[in-house]
Amino acid sequence: MMGKRRGSALMRAYLVLLFSFFYLPIVVLMAYSFNESKSRSNFTGFTFKWYESLFHNDMILSALGLSLALALISAVIATVVGTMAAIGISGMGRKSRLIINNVSYIPVVNPEIITGVSLMLLFVAWSGAAAWWNQNAPAFLRFFPEDVIGFPSLLIAHISFCLPYVIFNVAPKLRQMDVRLYEAALDLGCNHRQAFFKVVLPELAPAIFSAFLISLTYSIDDFIISYFTCGTLQTLPIAIYSMTRKKVSPEINALSTIMFLVILAIILISNLADSRRARYKAAKKEEV
Amino acid sequence: MEHPVVVSLQDIVVDFDGEPVLTGLSLDIHDKEFVTFLGPSGCGKTTTLRVIGGFVQPKSGRVLFDGQDITNLPPYKRHVNTVFQKYALFPHLNVFENVAFGLRLKSRDEKAIRSQVLQMLEVVGLKGFERRRVTTLSGGQQQRVAIARGLVNRPRVLLLDEPLGALDLKLRKEMQLELKRLQQALEITFIYVTHDQEEALTMSDTVVVMNGGLIQQIGSPEDIYNEPTNAFVADFIGESNILNGVMHRDFLVEFAGREFTCVDKGFAPNQLVQVVVRPEDIQVVPAIQGQLTGVVRDVIFKGVHFEMHVEQGDFEWIIHSTRASQPGEMIGMCIGPDEIHIMPREE
Amino acid sequence: MRRDTRLAYPYVVWMVIFIAVPLLIVAYFAFTDKTGQFTLDNLRQIGEYAPVFLRSLLLAARATVICLVLAFPAAWWLSRLRANHQRIMLMLVMLPMWMNFLLRTYAWMTLLENNGLLNRLFGAMHLFDLVNGVNAALNGLFGCSLPTGITYFPMINTSGAVVLGMVYNYLPYMILPLYTIMVKIDNSEIEAAQDLGANTRMILTRVLIPMSTPGISTGITMVFVPSVSTFIISRMLGGGGNMLVGDLIELQFLGNSYNYNLGSAMSLVLMVIVLLCMGVTNTSGGEDGIEGVV
Repeated sequence: MMGKRRGSALMRAYLVLLFSFFYLPIVVLMAYSFNESKSRSNFTGFTFKWYESLFHNDMILSALGLSLALALISAVIATVVGTMAAIGISGMGRKSRLIINNVSYIPVVNPEIITGVSLMLLFVAWSGAAAWWNQNAPAFLRFFPEDVIGFPSLLIAHISFCLPYVIFNVAPKLRQMDVRLYEAALDLGCNHRQAFFKVVLPELAPAIFSAFLISLTYSIDDFIISYFTCGTLQTLPIAIYSMTRKKVSPEINALSTIMFLVILAIILISNLADSRRARYKAAKKEEV
Repeated sequence: MEHPVVVSLQDIVVDFDGEPVLTGLSLDIHDKEFVTFLGPSGCGKTTTLRVIGGFVQPKSGRVLFDGQDITNLPPYKRHVNTVFQKYALFPHLNVFENVAFGLRLKSRDEKAIRSQVLQMLEVVGLKGFERRRVTTLSGGQQQRVAIARGLVNRPRVLLLDEPLGALDLKLRKEMQLELKRLQQALEITFIYVTHDQEEALTMSDTVVVMNGGLIQQIGSPEDIYNEPTNAFVADFIGESNILNGVMHRDFLVEFAGREFTCVDKGFAPNQLVQVVVRPEDIQVVPAIQGQLTGVVRDVIFKGVHFEMHVEQGDFEWIIHSTRASQPGEMIGMCIGPDEIHIMPREE
Repeated sequence: MRRDTRLAYPYVVWMVIFIAVPLLIVAYFAFTDKTGQFTLDNLRQIGEYAPVFLRSLLLAARATVICLVLAFPAAWWLSRLRANHQRIMLMLVMLPMWMNFLLRTYAWMTLLENNGLLNRLFGAMHLFDLVNGVNAALNGLFGCSLPTGITYFPMINTSGAVVLGMVYNYLPYMILPLYTIMVKIDNSEIEAAQDLGANTRMILTRVLIPMSTPGISTGITMVFVPSVSTFIISRMLGGGGNMLVGDLIELQFLGNSYNYNLGSAMSLVLMVIVLLCMGVTNTSGGEDGIEGVV
């Protein structure tokens, strides 16, 4: 008993230290967003002016817009294509399933810098090939776009690294799903298409939605792959990067604070909803 | 049977990956009957049900419904509905929407759907549960939703695949009676799959005993119990003492080292037979009065009766008796002519 | 259920064009020169950069080991908490990951600078006076020539800062897989070991570590791979003197070195390193496989 109590005190101390390690930098970062002076070490007075100037910083605002648009479009496409693929793959034989799954793992385990570099080379090669074609092919066949580096290349890159996550989210749910649900739908008069849309899809909906959210966050957060495929465009992380390279302004602290609070709010709300649902369920169970 | 045949299976053969499951099964099922497929797991009973439901395509053979060939008809075009093992309720829909699922596919008349669903929920005893999520229901309640979901479509035949398997004993007994009541009230053919022989005997008009992809015996519960056609049926339906014997002539059989009078006839003289005696049909008497004598090995209290294992020669008898003897005690056993069931011996 | 395999075709085509083909292009560039002729010069040239590769491996390995040591007790204790406390704690572990990693690394820049917060804190604690005093005393007693005018500890732009950055950014990737495995270990399994006479150390080495092996190997891969290939952490916290493979590759593609062929060759070597790392963790973690053979 004695040992157990000592262990739990030790454990508490350790966890406190660990969490201070996690949060100290973030707290400092946030605190200095309210600092009057530009100094990163002296706190001279409280102000909101960095937040104000942040919202007048065109570079950041346009980067934010690009990041959001990119994230939304790529997440939608990745979710649709990935969900279709998960269903298709589940119907395949063991061997082809294994091959496809292994290829899907490549962008997950490969260092991001290599994914970024390889896509960059692809787009450069494409531009060269398209330029050559458009010079040499008959005029009516010169339809290949030469300049893909920019939004198209970013979009392709983001879809590519989101797709495997969609599949790895949806496929297990598909495997867990009771085949009898589908049969029950047929039994009650659905044809195959109706059974899919009325039963299978609603069953997969939570997994599909969380795949969509994951794609969204990965896309917004990605720096390395975007860095190699963006050309001259700036997504939000790239804008942040260029800010950290320049003479630093506390605007970046203000931006961090806002992003952190937004994420915190989203997580808290979704968790609250979760725990409320769980409590509701527990209460209902007792009632029965 | 006074009712016409509704489902007819003709020479059904089913393989799974080359593994034979049904090997030429033929069966007629009559209208408004409660038919049970009974057998150990892997005997092909669920597969037979799924052939009728349209979820398994037979390799050869035909399925007739009201005399029409429906072998190649998909499940959603058949006038049958299924209550699945573990229910297969749609977790994203509430109780009402689960039951309304089939109706909504056919009709847009919201008022009619509503009244039919509510009526059916009342029939299965779930009035007031419409808005509940199916995941919050108990096993028995989920079972009722599954039954209501099938029955609300007014199928000619309801298929039930071990529907009570997940319930505890007490609830299972209640639901057995309720299912029987529903079937009689609605006058729908029920085809019921179970491995529980007691369940089969309690509920059915006709029991189909299956083993190894073949039908072993078809008959009323009484026939199946009292006149098993072979050792498998005798052994599967309740406990039995099965002994080898010789039929000397009509009404005279020899087993366990002596001759007994019986009520069977029509065997060849001295034909080798198997004799079935139910444990409750053996009378325990003082040793000197018994046709057979044996030594009690052990006695187990079973609630209503005692189960005794009695050694006689090289055979161990199972006897059910309301009075317990002592282990080690020498007892006598009497078997009346009516209690001896004779079957031709199998190779 | 009818599952139309044709639904997967768009994905398969996509992955071939945008995952497989680009990697083949990397391989093509690695084995050709600027005119497109086959050559092994690029790979040979990498030899000149061996110190950088070595530094990357070393720093990443250091970060991985530190992460493992820090994460193991944390994950174990997390897995022993009450279920609702576990949820909160897990959220706290993951929350920093939701902050952009550039911002997290930037935060450490402000902390580690020579006139940064940590040095100011040490100053306020008179730590420098203490060190200077001790050094002066040592100099006087033993004739050493230790510095006595320290006004800050140099922390940023050191290899230690790079390792710190890696640990800070990737520690959750070690805690989470460990926790996922450990939460499945039942207390009764530990009690059974105790019952059979195992002391705390034996429980750790004979029960906990073997049972957590799958989590350990996943965690090692998840920390080592991004650490060995990073170029942001080294650039922001390491200054110019701690260049890693990632920086080198970046320089070939977007920096002033500008040599796709050499960059591709480096990428290829980096990929081989990563594959080797995963191979090693899988074999050491594949107890099941060995047991299956024996």
